[in-house]
Amino acid sequence: MNYTIALKTIIKKEVYRFLRIWPQTLLPPAITTALYFLIFGKLIGNRIGTISGASYMDYIVPGIILMSVISHSYSNVVSSFYSTKFQRNIEELLVAPVPNLVILTGYVSGGICRGLLVGVVVALISMLFADIVVLHPVITIAVAILTATLFSLAGFINAVLAESFDDISIIPNFVLTPLSYLGGVFYSVDMLPGVWQTLIMGNPIMYMINAFRYGMIEVTDVDVNLALMMICGLIVLLAVFCLLMLHKGTGIKN
Amino acid sequence: MTALSISNLKKTYKNGFVALKGVDLEVQAGDFFALLGPNGAGKSTAIGIISSLVTASSGSVSVFGYDLVKEREQAKSCIGLVPQEVNFNQFDTVQGIVLNQAGYYGIPRKLALERTEICLKQMDLWDKRNSISRRLSGGMKRRVMIARAMVNAPKLLILDEPTAGVDIEIRRSMWKLMKEVNQQGTTIILTTHYLEEAESLCRNIAIIDQGKIVENTDMVSLLARLNVDHFVLDLAEPLAVVPVLEGCHVERTSDKVLDVSVPKAVGLNQLFSQLSAKNIKVLSLKNKSNRLEQLFMDLIDSKSSQNNPTPQIIPSPNGRE
Ligand SMILES: Nc1ncnc2c1ncn2[C@@H]1O[C@H](COP(=O)(O)OP(=O)(O)OP(=O)(O)O)[C@@H](O)[C@H]1O
Ligand SMILES: [Mg+2]
Repeated sequence: MNYTIALKTIIKKEVYRFLRIWPQTLLPPAITTALYFLIFGKLIGNRIGTISGASYMDYIVPGIILMSVISHSYSNVVSSFYSTKFQRNIEELLVAPVPNLVILTGYVSGGICRGLLVGVVVALISMLFADIVVLHPVITIAVAILTATLFSLAGFINAVLAESFDDISIIPNFVLTPLSYLGGVFYSVDMLPGVWQTLIMGNPIMYMINAFRYGMIEVTDVDVNLALMMICGLIVLLAVFCLLMLHKGTGIKN
Repeated sequence: MTALSISNLKKTYKNGFVALKGVDLEVQAGDFFALLGPNGAGKSTAIGIISSLVTASSGSVSVFGYDLVKEREQAKSCIGLVPQEVNFNQFDTVQGIVLNQAGYYGIPRKLALERTEICLKQMDLWDKRNSISRRLSGGMKRRVMIARAMVNAPKLLILDEPTAGVDIEIRRSMWKLMKEVNQQGTTIILTTHYLEEAESLCRNIAIIDQGKIVENTDMVSLLARLNVDHFVLDLAEPLAVVPVLEGCHVERTSDKVLDVSVPKAVGLNQLFSQLSAKNIKVLSLKNKSNRLEQLFMDLIDSKSSQNNPTPQIIPSPNGRE
């Protein structure tokens, strides 16, 4: 069997979906981040001074970009796959000879596309407020893609396990947003009081944001290789979990 | 060649409800097969398992010789499914739905466009190809699902109540189409509650009740088993008393209407000579119920009273999903 056609079909459907509803999917991050840059970067940032030699504006740009990548890759997959399940059109995929790996790859690719596209939109907005530099393009792009992959997978798990529309907003609201805000978007680890410096090391998003920031402006609180390895490890772990659930039919088959 | 072979198939839903209690079934390639049974009998459950939407608790299924578990992809490639309930994305266009399904089956774009056009035209939906499916009528939605099921030119087409809620004209054109598709070599499994539909279309039949096959035979020999016909006679003049007709059982529904049960051994000629002799004028006559319907009721009644002292169907606690 040739599965590339099936894969292309899923990806195309996913990308059309978020492009068609762009006022819900692409416009809000542009507006929110423009406000972030204006308020934190311009108004407050001017009074903060520099962090590790970077102006406050330059310091927060990478974090805000990656935070958007995280939340949008996650929410794309969680809402799309959950509604596919809810409307039962997942059955179209289940009756067809599409292996689980292709289903997963298709939905995750859709999430990656949305995450990266939003990332680009936010980067373009930030250019209105700061001069963007990318010192290590390969690292920057790799971290963005890997992070989008990881959170697309996480969104997929959430969608498979969700039993109601409430369940698809719990994780984004109560886990992702706090971890992102506490993940060093707006501050450096050494600005935190004692015990918090240790606690924050348990937040995986902190590693991603710092690795991404390293890619752009060469400023980081963590070892970039360690961060990359960690993201890859988590991707493998979540992907295996997703495939196991699909194999068992969890949440999608009676 | 066997198109579908099911052996000892069992299904217990998560809430503990036993929907299938060991089903064995064979459908030969090229057959037009009726799977009948009352509401909640387990038809959709069985179909769900065959089309990989429901996981079997035990037992095995093979489609054109491919085991559904071990040779999943090959088995799936042979099947086209029209589910009982609408399950496409209500925000997609009609054409988009069918095209996507073709893509899932690995059909290249150009061929997919051609096939989509053919299937939509067959289903009289070509004019609606750009409509958002949510805005279609119930009957149209059903036809979208038939077009979708045929886009991969399946060797085995499974139709779970395809004509429910479809108007008479479209139903007739669907019958014609199903016959054609079957004549071109596609094996068809049909479930329906319109028994005359099954009688006129299907060659073989299985009746399932409470998760068990209670009858599995060909239509001709099943119908031959019916040895009493029930007729309703409209009379020209009112009758004051119930007439005695030898060999027949007679009931008077109103003063000008008689219900008569006529054993095959007696026959209509004898009935009418007796009526003429009594000077009873009959204006018209019709079958009291469809022949298959009668057999069906007999089978369901006798089996459920054997298995279960209270013959009504007990709904599951959680209802249907
Ligand atoms: N997800 C489920 N969980 C629990 N029980 C279920 C589930 N789906 C179906 N059932 C039960 O299994 C039995 C068989 O259901 P099924 O849908 O197979 O019947 P059916 O023969 O298709 O009936 P109908 O003619 O009404 O479509 C019913 O009693 C139903 O309540
Ligand atoms: Mg059913």
